[in-house]
Amino acid sequence: MKGILSWGTHLPYRRLDRSTIAAVAGTGGGKGTRSVASFDEDATTMGVEAARSAVERSTVAPESLWFSTVAVPYLDKTNATTIHAALRLGSHVAAFDANGSVKSAVGALHAALSMDAPALVVSSDLRSGLPGSTDESAGGDGAAALLVGSSSQGVLLAEYIARGTATEEFLDRWRTPGDNRSKLWEERFGETRYAALAPTAWAAALAQAGLQASDIDHLVVAGTHDRANTSIARSLGARTEAVVDSLATTVGNTGAAHPALLLASALESATPSQVIALVVLADGVEVMIFRTTDALASYEPRRTVAAQVNSVGSITYGRFLAWRGMLTVDPPRRPEPSRPSATATGRSRDWKFGFVGSVDDEGEVHMPPSRLDSERRAMADAHGTIVTYTLDKLSYSLNPPLVFAVVDFDHGGRLPIELTDVDAAEVAIGGRVEMTFRKLFTADGVHNYFWKARPIRGEHQENGAS
Amino acid sequence: MASHGIKNRVAIIGMGCTRFTEHWDKGLDDLLIESSDLAFKSAGIAKQDIDAYWLGTAQSAMSGIALARPLQLQGKPVTRVENYCATGSEALRQACYAVASGAYDSAMAIGAEKVKDSGMQGLNAFPVPNDGTARTLTAAAMFSMVAPAYAQKYGVDRADLKRVLARIASKNHANGAKNPLAQFRKEMSVEQLCAMPAVAGDLSVFDCAGVADGSAAAIVVRAEDAHKYTDKPLYIKALSMVAGNGSGLMDPSYDYTTFPEIVQCAADAYAQAGITDPRNQLAMAEVHDCFTPTELVLMEDLGFCPRGTAWSEINNGSFDLDGDLPVNPDGGLKSFGHPVGASGLRMMYEAWLQLRGEAPLERRISTYGKRNLALTHNLGGYPGEMVSFISILGTELD
Repeated sequence: MKGILSWGTHLPYRRLDRSTIAAVAGTGGGKGTRSVASFDEDATTMGVEAARSAVERSTVAPESLWFSTVAVPYLDKTNATTIHAALRLGSHVAAFDANGSVKSAVGALHAALSMDAPALVVSSDLRSGLPGSTDESAGGDGAAALLVGSSSQGVLLAEYIARGTATEEFLDRWRTPGDNRSKLWEERFGETRYAALAPTAWAAALAQAGLQASDIDHLVVAGTHDRANTSIARSLGARTEAVVDSLATTVGNTGAAHPALLLASALESATPSQVIALVVLADGVEVMIFRTTDALASYEPRRTVAAQVNSVGSITYGRFLAWRGMLTVDPPRRPEPSRPSATATGRSRDWKFGFVGSVDDEGEVHMPPSRLDSERRAMADAHGTIVTYTLDKLSYSLNPPLVFAVVDFDHGGRLPIELTDVDAAEVAIGGRVEMTFRKLFTADGVHNYFWKARPIRGEHQENGAS
Repeated sequence: MASHGIKNRVAIIGMGCTRFTEHWDKGLDDLLIESSDLAFKSAGIAKQDIDAYWLGTAQSAMSGIALARPLQLQGKPVTRVENYCATGSEALRQACYAVASGAYDSAMAIGAEKVKDSGMQGLNAFPVPNDGTARTLTAAAMFSMVAPAYAQKYGVDRADLKRVLARIASKNHANGAKNPLAQFRKEMSVEQLCAMPAVAGDLSVFDCAGVADGSAAAIVVRAEDAHKYTDKPLYIKALSMVAGNGSGLMDPSYDYTTFPEIVQCAADAYAQAGITDPRNQLAMAEVHDCFTPTELVLMEDLGFCPRGTAWSEINNGSFDLDGDLPVNPDGGLKSFGHPVGASGLRMMYEAWLQLRGEAPLERRISTYGKRNLALTHNLGGYPGEMVSFISILGTELD
């Protein structure tokens, strides 16, 4: 039996209040909020955060890693290898991208569930459109990771019991490579096609599972067409209360990440022996049905979706536009950073991507690691305390002022390091922080990934992470 | 293994210093020619009579050719040195050791920096290809962490400490205002300085060193030859240098209220020079006031006053021009400006003027005629990770 061994999710810290959009854009907006990736996050960094949570919560090591996003940080070069490095997976673990379309994510999940060996399926996305567009306001940013495998490899939290599919070529939405927006055909056309295809896939999956629609305890419908998502969820015959919140009013539609994100959300509210159906509307319809196991009852996600929905900071629409590259603001009058050296990066891979230090003979932790030390120490999951801090308005930053703190880690080690997901006024000596994988800057098209510290917030505070 | 020093074996016999300012109309070559000419004239010696040259520049040029070409030197050994903001001092240190060793009869140390050609404010280190994980924090922000740490450790109110820091800047502005070579020649009151907006921590732009172009030079010979050139040589009493290993950045016991490299460097310098009571033996000190909190901590690290008392000593005026140990009588980095490679030699230039009675009366140190030793202190880097240089210079061979 195949199924889900663990999951992890990542929602960025900030939310945009949709009601603030129209005042600037003259149109658009709406009710509720959408999640906004920080200026130092991209699909890869969010994918790392989700994947860290999934890997940490299972004893099973993946033998392959699959990464899906529409908001690709790199073309030609594989993005999954960055996640692979940040997770410090062995070189025998394969890493692949399945990128470009929203549907690629559910395809990677399907493929992973068809493999013999355990696989980590990471999906992540940043959704945008032109100012005032529906894609801009209804979209969201986030990531989710699922570790899948068989019952012989580890304890399944949910068994994968059936699937159905219906594939068809039709033009609902599309984006030309290089564009910063997608274009949409008349909304009714896509809705009609999904309505026509969904019953086929749905019936096939139910038949394989030997279930009726009324047996479904949690129905997740995710896809590229918000109107179709809503209407199809109502039309499949499942109980009304089984329909899982799409997070439309709080997070928005996170595109390629949304199927796994909502599946995680459903798993977090499910009890053992319940049936979860995942329906993905994206250039066709994919249906996957899972049955939860007794092990689910004792599974504690590192961060629940619910906690991340509730624990949020705000962002102004102007700064959102600047972060998305829709508004060009005056750059810092400092020299632009140079691109990181590929060879130097290759030599310090464990430090740069994995945040691994070293320990000297007297027990002092060196970050970056010293060539003279034989002992290595992984610091990515260590928590720390702010000893002192400063705000730097002079340094090159895409989000000035740069907030910088000297952090003492709980079990040894000190590092002066940049803080993120923080408002300058809330920084205080004694504040508790955790490490997060971020993008420091991009130079010559090279994304300079490294770690920052951020305040520990939410339900996992001080006890969730090791 | 020991640090023996070269006390009384080498003497400075001539010095020169350009104005430090935004020299829009002068390049590195112009600055080098100007300061070296002043030094040659000061010593009454011609360039071909100098046996070897050390050029200190942090990032304006590379190799000794950067000096040999503009000065049209013929077949001379010229070495370019770099050691962060202590670059100029390092040039002098190398020149002195070369003469002390007997390898050369005479040597010039010259430091220069042309920083105002970059189009950017502030100092900008040239990038060495790296893995992209190094801190990008400005020096101002790194040093800004000293002030709250000091306030907390010694129970000084943050607002009071801000006034202490402003008083340091105000003193250095007052000294610079009297100095025709200084970049900033305007007095600034504590009230004016306290009203400036913060740019890094609690520090304003007026807590930072001036960013200027400039050059300074010194000519050294063996002590026994000094009187062939001048009646008033300055003898090298101590040259001390410590390069930190960066451990302060990762040492949880480091509290940002002291610079251990400087404490070590000072101990070595005082041992070389035979100084036991710097506060009462030194006539003056030029210290590396790159930011106002730096000067605060230096007063304690250099042993000028006990730990936790520098802030009140500064309030009492102990380090003013008319105080009992004048510090930065030329205006310091704050007011004189900081062309990186030149600053260490600029400090020595002030000792050269003051100890020899050549500083004009209106800015003469209170200790003139009573004491004959000067200290220059030059650092590069940040709290937790710095190089430190200290020289002690004197007018007497005792």
